[in-house]
Amino acid sequence: MAVDRKRWFGWAGAELIIVVAALFPVLWLLSLSLKTPATVNDGRLIPKTFSFDNYSSIFHQDIFTKALRNSIGIAAISTVIAVVLASMAAYAIARLEFPGKRLILSASLAIAMFPPVSIVGPLYDMWRTLGLYDTWPGLIIPYMTFTLPLAIFTLSAFFREIPWELEQAAQMDGATPAQAFRKVILPLAAPGVFTTAILVFIYAWNDFIFALSLTSTTRAQTVPPAIQSFTGVSQFTAPTGAIAAAAIIVTIPIVVMVLFFQRRIVAGLTAGAVKG
Amino acid sequence: MSTSAPTAAGAQVERGELEGRPKPRVSERTRAERKLGWMLCAPAVIVMLAVTAYPILYAIWLSLHRSDLRFPDRTAWIGLDNYITVLTSNLWWKDLFHTMVLTVFSVSIELVLGMLLALAMHRAIMGRGLIRTSALVPYGIVTVVAAFAWRLAFSKADGGFVPVVLNLQQDPLIVTWSTYLVAILAEVWKTTPFMALLLLSGLALVPDDLHEAAKVDGATTWQRFWKITVPLMKPAILVALLFRTLDAFRIFDTVQVLSNGSNRAIESVSQLSYNTLLVRLNLGLGSAVSVLTFLCVLIIAFVYVKFLGANLAQQRGER
Repeated sequence: MAVDRKRWFGWAGAELIIVVAALFPVLWLLSLSLKTPATVNDGRLIPKTFSFDNYSSIFHQDIFTKALRNSIGIAAISTVIAVVLASMAAYAIARLEFPGKRLILSASLAIAMFPPVSIVGPLYDMWRTLGLYDTWPGLIIPYMTFTLPLAIFTLSAFFREIPWELEQAAQMDGATPAQAFRKVILPLAAPGVFTTAILVFIYAWNDFIFALSLTSTTRAQTVPPAIQSFTGVSQFTAPTGAIAAAAIIVTIPIVVMVLFFQRRIVAGLTAGAVKG
Repeated sequence: MSTSAPTAAGAQVERGELEGRPKPRVSERTRAERKLGWMLCAPAVIVMLAVTAYPILYAIWLSLHRSDLRFPDRTAWIGLDNYITVLTSNLWWKDLFHTMVLTVFSVSIELVLGMLLALAMHRAIMGRGLIRTSALVPYGIVTVVAAFAWRLAFSKADGGFVPVVLNLQQDPLIVTWSTYLVAILAEVWKTTPFMALLLLSGLALVPDDLHEAAKVDGATTWQRFWKITVPLMKPAILVALLFRTLDAFRIFDTVQVLSNGSNRAIESVSQLSYNTLLVRLNLGLGSAVSVLTFLCVLIIAFVYVKFLGANLAQQRGER
């Protein structure tokens, strides 16, 4: 009994360390975002006075509201396109026999390891010629490219697990092929597709280097590069509080996703084993 | 990495020819299946080739030219001059050194901490969900945001609490060695969960009865870890290390945020590439740096696969 209690306390201590270590930087940002300009540099972990001025100030700055809109729009569209294209490819890889299948998997693996910085220069030049510089498609295209490998790996791992015989069974029972697909296969495939969508979204939401290189104005600039150009509550205050507030805003969707879908995210990451 | 494409296809053709089998007649059904397979894969493959293979070839072409956007009419073929300029400059070697220090230290620390975290997630007697949720927060958080959190904590100029608590006279983010520490801390915090998750999937493959048997034979926990867990997890460890090493080598976001402003205490090769290409608009010289970075990544991948035997097939969901 005494040993068990000791073990229990040991684990509780270890878990406390993990949780604090994982959340500390976020709590520090939260604390900064709630401080007033006068106390932002006081180095205290818990603000002396709470204020939401930083939040209202960033929501009155075009640079933030437009960046937020761009971030959401670009990440959402990239996610939809990448998931559709990857689902098609993953279905073929999981279900069909055709030459070149392994080649496609190796090539995607190679792309997953590709350093983005090696192509920002050429893309910058190409996009300016094609009129894609500083536009939504200009970011959507690289995002979906760099998430396709991850999406194909994750989805084909999920699709392999689906009992496809059920489709034929439903057709034997009189369902049309379309019905069999919609009522049997779609519900089985949905969790994998959903997991992949989360991972792709996180990648697009996180990206900095493409957004920094391929955009320049509020037309297409996303939050990560925009954060640096914030101004404070007034012209004469440091933007620290505003940066922290913006950081908290873009972190909220991620924390919510993690809270609700942690099991799926873990399953997706270990199935694809490619970083998003 | 696209070089593996023609060889693999070539090997397949060769094998068919060498075996000297009479070509089996491809049935209508097989042909239709192949066609459907190719059609379904085509959009994804075309996009991936268009956005990675073409630009990298274009980067190689640019790197062999004098190409400066500020002087567009002076563009000319100059052979390997850009590479000579880069490779004889101190800056490239300094930045490569910075990048390697960051990569080696952060990946090794992550391996140790990631293993501990994976073991905690695997064996926890309670609160598994809690550990997993909190560990996923660093994974999901935007890298730039995390870097800001560290900068705002450590920078004296930004009013961080660390210099106050430690009573530092100098801003830690303008001194090289302390900037290293902060950058490594930021990287380790952000990516240890990813490492842990990859290791966790390997840990799940270690059978419990092996541990039980060893325990009966009197092996200590430490012995069981080194003699059972580690050897059986070797493939998972190598793949996790490969992914993280390549990823750490491309470090950009964290360093960019930490070294904001005029005093750049450390600079990575990605930074050098970005600055030459998009700040100084020298596409030729910048592309040479990009191509060299790409070659470094190829070498790292090659070393892992050839010499350490990282088996990537296992990670293709073909387990």
